Amino acid sequence: MTTLSDPPQESFRLSQLIYDTRYRSMTIQIIALIGFLLLLGWLFGNTAQNLADLGKEPSFRFLSEPAGYDINQRLLEYNSQDTHLRAAFVGLLNTLVVAVLGCITATILGVTIGVLRLSSNWVVSKLMMIYVETFRNVPVLLWIVFVMAIMIETMPAPRAFKGENPASSMMLNDSVAVTNRGVYIPEPLFTNTLGDVHLFGAASMRFDVSLDLLALMLVLGASLWGASWFRKRADKIQEVTGDRPKTWHVRLGLIVIPTAVLLYVLGFHLGYPELKGFNFKGGTHFRNSLIALWLALSLYTAAFIAEIVRAGIMAIDHGQSEAAAALGLRPNRTMKLVILPQALRVIVPPMISNYLNLTKNSSLAIAVGYMDLTGTLMGITLNQTGRELETVLLTMLIYLAISLSISAVMNMYNNRVKMVER
Amino acid sequence: MSDISFVRTEMLPEQDPPASEVGALGWAKHNLFSGAMNSALTVFSILGIYYVLAALVPWAWSPTWNATSLAGCREILHDLGRDGHFSGACWGVINDRWVQLFMGFYPPEHYWRPIAAFILLGVALSPVLFSDQVPAKLIWFTGLYPFLMPWLLWGGSIWVPLMVLAGFVIAYAAYRFVLDKMSELIALIVAVLVAVVWWLFLMGPIAEFVFNIIPIGMEAVGSRKFGGMMLSLTIGVVAIGFSLPIGVVLALGRQSDLLIVKALCVGFIEFIRGVPLITLLFVASTLLNIFMPPGTNFDIIMRVIIMATLFASAYMAEVIRGGLAALPTGQYEGADSLGLDYWQAQRLIIMPQALKISIPGIVSTFIGLFKDTTLVSVIGLLDPLGLSNGIRANAEWNGVVWELYGFIALMFFVFCFSMSRYSMYLERKLQTGHR
Repeated sequence: MTTLSDPPQESFRLSQLIYDTRYRSMTIQIIALIGFLLLLGWLFGNTAQNLADLGKEPSFRFLSEPAGYDINQRLLEYNSQDTHLRAAFVGLLNTLVVAVLGCITATILGVTIGVLRLSSNWVVSKLMMIYVETFRNVPVLLWIVFVMAIMIETMPAPRAFKGENPASSMMLNDSVAVTNRGVYIPEPLFTNTLGDVHLFGAASMRFDVSLDLLALMLVLGASLWGASWFRKRADKIQEVTGDRPKTWHVRLGLIVIPTAVLLYVLGFHLGYPELKGFNFKGGTHFRNSLIALWLALSLYTAAFIAEIVRAGIMAIDHGQSEAAAALGLRPNRTMKLVILPQALRVIVPPMISNYLNLTKNSSLAIAVGYMDLTGTLMGITLNQTGRELETVLLTMLIYLAISLSISAVMNMYNNRVKMVER
Repeated sequence: MSDISFVRTEMLPEQDPPASEVGALGWAKHNLFSGAMNSALTVFSILGIYYVLAALVPWAWSPTWNATSLAGCREILHDLGRDGHFSGACWGVINDRWVQLFMGFYPPEHYWRPIAAFILLGVALSPVLFSDQVPAKLIWFTGLYPFLMPWLLWGGSIWVPLMVLAGFVIAYAAYRFVLDKMSELIALIVAVLVAVVWWLFLMGPIAEFVFNIIPIGMEAVGSRKFGGMMLSLTIGVVAIGFSLPIGVVLALGRQSDLLIVKALCVGFIEFIRGVPLITLLFVASTLLNIFMPPGTNFDIIMRVIIMATLFASAYMAEVIRGGLAALPTGQYEGADSLGLDYWQAQRLIIMPQALKISIPGIVSTFIGLFKDTTLVSVIGLLDPLGLSNGIRANAEWNGVVWELYGFIALMFFVFCFSMSRYSMYLERKLQTGHR
């Protein structure tokens, strides 16, 4: 015979908070939270006290005061009468420019080097190993100042291009000039331009978007979409009938012709840099600082990407390529259809963190005087206004926002290529 | 019809493989010229190497070791008939300044102190790094080293590090004492409280008092005198040493079921990983004094070390989290079924395996942090890169570029490359056969 007994009716004792697993986790968390809040309160209290002692009141009003300094490499129009906020915005765009350029070149270089390192050619693979070890084991800041020194010390001055028998000459059919003041390349110009559209009026975020560029991007986008539709149709036909219709000429035409027509209508031509007086005029001017930062970041990050690519390819089981060969796939199809999709799963996550590192390392621009976000907001603006708390915190928050959005976008991509686990 | 069929009755002797398949020739055929593409690549690479070496070797082969200024270098080269911008390297600058590049402005009569500190660092690390080749007793020295190193580097009264050490002893004594009477948790809390009170309020006056009676100590060397590779190593070693335990705690916090603890850890890790180190160094140089109680004014190197430690520990936490995630659930369940509690399971089952898995990541974080110490030159500390600016601004060496940067790069390369090789050795050693 069984008897039912009520569970012991204990009254709640204080020691249960520690010894009873039902409450313990709650206790620990509340203590942690209180500790954290106390720490925050202590920091805030100290900060308020110190700022009061210094006679500073935290405020972001300085952002709307005139900056009074110039930014020599910029995407947007800006002059020294613009506000600090405008300067920071121009700096932010400069950061993004070097980050995007750097990520693209680092990926191209890194993938090439990573694949070449696996080459059966002994000399090539050893050379690539030396490249990777050299760049990985020396600080990136050293590479940045080193490339900057190369640009300044070894490139010819603009005056070397002068005279009857110039000591140096422009490259690529007189269109590119590499000088110790930077690189001049031709700029795209339109005779029948559509003009610009001005966003945000006269605010600090005002932004001119060229309608020509917008129209070009729209047309190119539409063409690419059409081309991909054609390819999908070919895929479908191949699945139904087994024959694949020839599509490459249609797709090529779809991509090239509308863009070419639009360029012709807009009156596209190149504006070449020319030597006038003691310097080059016209064309697009990439300053030394931008080139040095871009090259150094790309070369440095490429070494890491090369290792990631190599590890990703080596992680694929040999049986995969053998099975593909047994199915009768040719080597390049094997690479495209079997190896690469699997290797990407291994490659993408560390690649994301390398892109993030490159973006964060671009803040070293301050060492070569490229005016990025660090150089403007946390550099000159800080020195001029003396608002270290506001500027440094704002800079950190902006970098944080950039990092989080890059990792969000890349994680979305990662989720697409990720293996679906059973 | 006669039978003309022929059957060989003895075997032919084995022939040598074709000459083109063995030896150097065969190796070259397979590894260098296995196709048109490969041959072209080989030829281009060898040409490229030739051009680089042809430019670099004559430049580097330059008898300017004893020159005392750039003009002196140029004179020596001119006497040899080598003129022009890239006629030869000026090694005199390295001869003149290599001591400074290693030691900064540390007083020369005390050079033995940092040297001893870093040699003893090797001794202290050996039980950890080469556990099978050195006596296990040496681990006691490893425990004492954190108190010895600051004293050797910064000098001052010997009683300060001893009193800090005494704090641990007092805390342990308090723990034992209370444990006899009350529960473990209360004993732990009392021990921590006693130690904190000792360090914050009692230690300073007592150390000063004892020093007045028994003045044993070394001449103090201010942080301003620190520089060169020694500064990089100091920041790197201290930040690395502290970041590993903090990283373990953060990784466990991120893995834990306690929501608030987890949120705090995730927030900290993501914040630190989302901002560049340079912004954290700006916090160290401009803001940290504002965050502290009024009147606090502590050393710039200490502030940099704090921020570098926080930075490295966030990365370390992610590396260790990767190791924890790679561990099969069976290990956790096995620990549970043996009746181990959370900390026992972590200490005996989980952490040894997770740390082993994450060794490559840990070492690459170390290397990354060590390389990142060059960033302190941006906020005005005199690491090798910061010193190089000063040397280049000097009248004698104004215009020297490549020799200095090359030397600094070589210094960093030697340290980082040996660390990465060590990590490979450790991976091989700890490989227990199953993957």
